[in-house]
Amino acid sequence: MSETARYRLLIAALATATLVLFLLSLTVGPAAIAFGDSIAALLGGKASEIGLIMREIRLPRAVLGLMIGATLGLSGAVLQGYLRNPLAEPGLLGISAMASLGAVLAIYSGLAAAFMLALPLAALAGAVLAVVVIQALAGGRGNSLIVILAGIAVSSFAGAMTSLALNLSPNPFAALEIMFWMLGSLTDRSMTHVWLAAPFILAGWAMLASLGRALDALTLGPETAASMGVDMRRVQFLAVFGTAASVGAATAVAGAIGFVGLVVPHILRPLVGARPSRLLLASALGGASVVLAADILVRLIAPSRDLKLGVLTAIVGAPFFLWLVFRARRRLA
Amino acid sequence: MTLLSISGLSVRLGGKTVLDGLDLSVAAGEFVGLIGPNGAGKSTLLRTVLGFLPHAGTVLVDGTDTMALRARERARRVAYLAQEREIAWAVPVETIVALGRAPHRPGFAAPGARDAKIVEEAMRRMDVAAFRDRIATELSGGEKARVLTARALAQDTPLLLADEPTAGLDPAHQIALMRQFGALAASGRGVVASLHDLGLAARWCSRLVLIARGRIVADGPPAEVLTPERLRDVYSVSAFFAEVDGQPVVHPLDLAHGPEGG
Repeated sequence: MSETARYRLLIAALATATLVLFLLSLTVGPAAIAFGDSIAALLGGKASEIGLIMREIRLPRAVLGLMIGATLGLSGAVLQGYLRNPLAEPGLLGISAMASLGAVLAIYSGLAAAFMLALPLAALAGAVLAVVVIQALAGGRGNSLIVILAGIAVSSFAGAMTSLALNLSPNPFAALEIMFWMLGSLTDRSMTHVWLAAPFILAGWAMLASLGRALDALTLGPETAASMGVDMRRVQFLAVFGTAASVGAATAVAGAIGFVGLVVPHILRPLVGARPSRLLLASALGGASVVLAADILVRLIAPSRDLKLGVLTAIVGAPFFLWLVFRARRRLA
Repeated sequence: MTLLSISGLSVRLGGKTVLDGLDLSVAAGEFVGLIGPNGAGKSTLLRTVLGFLPHAGTVLVDGTDTMALRARERARRVAYLAQEREIAWAVPVETIVALGRAPHRPGFAAPGARDAKIVEEAMRRMDVAAFRDRIATELSGGEKARVLTARALAQDTPLLLADEPTAGLDPAHQIALMRQFGALAASGRGVVASLHDLGLAARWCSRLVLIARGRIVADGPPAEVLTPERLRDVYSVSAFFAEVDGQPVVHPLDLAHGPEGG
């Protein structure tokens, strides 16, 4: 019972942190607006200048930070549970790489400049293509090793094609735009981006969140899980398509944001007693907190330089991961 | 009552025939020991019953074809203890054992009083209740095996399939496990366990099925199945035979040098 109480406490703490960071995200920006004024303007709905900044610039940024962070945390937790590998992360399936490739092709071909939604739509198409290939390769047998290998193949191919696009880029500006987009950012996103991504992200969440009990059973391996009534084909379908929908949409609007999906489930696992089902909600809230915090930091550290969110998460995430590895090594030694 | 009915079962894996026209039925009250050399097809047989492998022939679990059963329905009829003692995450022992109740709980329902009672009973039977709060991945191999066996018992099914349940257990816990499986059978369930320890199989199983090269070589009471000739032909060993309390005692002694001189 004490373990359940501890879990509830953790969820409450993470939810509070997410809420506080969400509100902070709404109130941090180049336009210095007092906290009370900004919230009042947002809720008041008056057509003031402050209200416009809040609704058109800060709200979409905060909402996307929340949705994308939760997506990365949740999908990371599901994939680690499904593949029974603490090193699994959303990027492993090649979905973010293919979504990036779609976006890169939209920039490269000039479509992105001609029509605002071309980029996210092309990225989503890339994510869908990745899933179709993975599902076709892995088949319905629910073999997680095949899913990993297929993901690596798709990832490598997408990476190579992205390099090719950079290589053949018609002018340096297009190449620079591609590079910047791939770094991952939430700057200058609009409510249109939110409405575009939200249906896919919510559908992905619904699929991923339904896997809790199956993931618990998978702790004992796929065959034992199957003998306990887990339909492994269904689990594979939901894990792959749920990740594709949510991570694909997240990448489509924000670019690739690394390390959150890998590190957040890793940190929270010991705090939830290592139960995969309990890791899902905790990791979603944790991911949202981390991305919101990182997106606040990029605005505070270098307000004028447009420091990219994906760069910051990698700079902070990689040494932190090294520390985790160091700690694990000491425990094993 | 027949819990498991297999007829004409053939399984090919990677182009090789692993099971070749097997017929076997297991009734309630039987504790069947599945014996045979490495690679004979014991594990394949158990895994086929669970619907994991494509096969020819029919496998009826409690009267229904195993391939026609939904995973959850099958899980309420037959529990399975895998040979691999895999525990991926550092979760407490009691959490592992309680996983066995999953197929009996609808949707997102929390475990009830009945579930708790069955989990408690399973932990008591496998003597793991004393370390229920310990982290399962930090246990010794034999302790892990007992925890996973308790998990299978908690599934509380009419039929239990166990792949080498005694491997890695100390003698006391091997005997305790065989006694518990015997008690399950005596209470009207069916147990099928693959075993390599012929001494344990001879003493505690109500029936032995000897498999070699994908075929059933002998099927019957331990004293009839375990003969010096069969052990020499199938296992290529010579053995000491005796009888205690009307139960056969078998202990392999040395490699037999058969007619091939091998």
